[in-house]
Amino acid sequence: MKFQEKLLYSHIAFEELFDVSNPIHEKRLKALKVFEKKGFPSRKDEAWKYTSLNSLINRDYALFPKKETPIELKKVKKFFLYEIDTYKIIFIDGVYSPFLSDTTHDGLDVCLMSAALSKFKYRKIIERYFGNISDNKDSLTALNTSYTREGAYIYVPKNVVAEKPIEIIHFSTGKEQAIWLHPRNLIVLDTNSQAQIIERHQSLKSHEVVTNSVTEIFTNKDALLDYYKIQNDLTSSSLIDNTYISQEKNSTASVHTFSLGGKIVRNNLNFFHTGERINSTLKGITILDGDQHVDHYTLVKHSQPNCESFQEYKGIFSEKSKGVFNGKIFVESIAQKTNAFQQSNNLLLDDLATVNTKPQLEIFADDVKCSHGCTIGQLDNDALFYLRSRGVPKKEAKALLTYAFANNILDGVQLPIIKKRIKSLISKKLGVNLGFDL
Amino acid sequence: MLKIKNLSAKVDGKTILKGINLEVKPGEVHAIMGPNGSGKSTLASVIAGHEDYEVIKGSMSYQGEDLSEMDPESRSHKGIFLSFQYPVEIPGVSVTNFVKTAINASRKAQGFDDMPANEMLKKIREKADLFDIDSRFLSRSLNEGFSGGEKKRNEIFQMAMIEPKLAVLDETDSGLDIDALKVVANGVNKFRNKDNAIIVITHYQRLLEYIVPDFVHVIFEGKTVKSGSKELAMDLESKGYDWIKEKN
Repeated sequence: MKFQEKLLYSHIAFEELFDVSNPIHEKRLKALKVFEKKGFPSRKDEAWKYTSLNSLINRDYALFPKKETPIELKKVKKFFLYEIDTYKIIFIDGVYSPFLSDTTHDGLDVCLMSAALSKFKYRKIIERYFGNISDNKDSLTALNTSYTREGAYIYVPKNVVAEKPIEIIHFSTGKEQAIWLHPRNLIVLDTNSQAQIIERHQSLKSHEVVTNSVTEIFTNKDALLDYYKIQNDLTSSSLIDNTYISQEKNSTASVHTFSLGGKIVRNNLNFFHTGERINSTLKGITILDGDQHVDHYTLVKHSQPNCESFQEYKGIFSEKSKGVFNGKIFVESIAQKTNAFQQSNNLLLDDLATVNTKPQLEIFADDVKCSHGCTIGQLDNDALFYLRSRGVPKKEAKALLTYAFANNILDGVQLPIIKKRIKSLISKKLGVNLGFDL
Repeated sequence: MLKIKNLSAKVDGKTILKGINLEVKPGEVHAIMGPNGSGKSTLASVIAGHEDYEVIKGSMSYQGEDLSEMDPESRSHKGIFLSFQYPVEIPGVSVTNFVKTAINASRKAQGFDDMPANEMLKKIREKADLFDIDSRFLSRSLNEGFSGGEKKRNEIFQMAMIEPKLAVLDETDSGLDIDALKVVANGVNKFRNKDNAIIVITHYQRLLEYIVPDFVHVIFEGKTVKSGSKELAMDLESKGYDWIKEKN
């Protein structure tokens, strides 16, 4: 039986296992039909031209997370921002880990999707927001919706500032040889609230894991969201990240994506505007080697006047790694005075590394400022010579120049601990110890 | 210290140097002059080991060792320093951190531990004072947004920190106003001693009023066409390069 068929066939058992009476029961069934009709995307789909899922979907995966596999804190401590105090929502092989987590209902809700789906007090929020911004015609999003059970649920009420950053971490242990995960997150920042969120998917041992994640985020009027995705997984792990952000007027949302490892990573990052004076920022650093493949597929839909969006992605590709950047900016006719910027800069360090970069601007308003640019280049030989002539060995000199190339993306990182972490991940990734904190 | 004999070198298939002769001994200051495009900067790059330049004829040795197969970082570790005409901008890496990296890379290559932090700091302060460099400047990203003068001053500051045995200064005077020129020249003169040597590459005699050379060489069309004492620089200044061109 093909895995796709297994997904359809297993759904009855899935729903029976986890309450059929759930408020999203109908949505799950509808979504399953969409997936049944469309199946997995293939390279014939324009949006998947440069990324093939064939190597992932032609095999079998465990679908049902069993009970929690305990892991020792000291073994995973390094994946946490342990230097600072944070809220934590932690999953192990798709199952919530109360031991590693630190949730709250004090002033704000940092808890579980399963709780939000089953408890009456969350029903209003679920009905109002769940599935309302994600693209229910997209087959992978639909697949996630049909299997929605667990994930992070965050609700920050009006005028509340989340005092601690919130970490969402999914560990996979390798207990199952191959596992397919469907985390589903819902994040609502009510009027004039603020939150900083860090999301991470991490395998603890080499095994086939595919995470098809959907995150819906709502930033209501005047809210401020600062979101970091740290993707530094093992080369046996793949991630399809579908993130949908709906912004109300005067809200600011920024997403930084650091893609430093994984087998196939696809980031579908979508921003929708429902009011004026909205600010959206999408930034990313991608550093790959080996056979790794990362695809950033972004959409900013400007549907209201006087909004701004800013996209900047830097990619560094060595060996046989592949990068894709597809950035879509859509400006509706009503969205006058839009200011939309998009930039994709790439370094190819080896002959077999490739990058496909494609800006896509569809503009229907006439009084807007939209710009885009993409570059593909190599390290400058003269710059390399400059560093080497000062005694810096070739490898370190290359690393310094590579770091210098990507560095400005870190300027927008508000959390110093994230900046520090990313810098050290970059120097590890580049295989050098530069002898100082970059 | 440095012996260059009948050296020819090419870049991108084009032969730029066609017969360079130069011998530099410890304690000496040599000036290399010549019109635009004569190969002065190429010579500097070849001495420092730029891999785009290929030596096709002649020989080049430093402290008795053949340089032709040595990579640039090894040359640096052995005491060769090149002050660049166009220093490269490195965003996100401060001047201080870069200098630390360079010094410790060299120490590592020679089998020493990193320079202790307090010693490094003391040295940085001392040399910064020498070049009238503000401490805020040291925490800025290397060369990023620096004015032409700041870049050159920073090059000489790095030279003072690294303390090479042979310093090649490639058009260090270009882009400097007279005050900055004096500061830089003063620093170079303080650096100068009986054990190290300096090669000053310049268009103009102006710099040589402040850094007085022991020898002057004129390069024209990739060849050393004339060598002499510091008076040669004066001759060039008054007669212009046409005087050399006519003779060749």
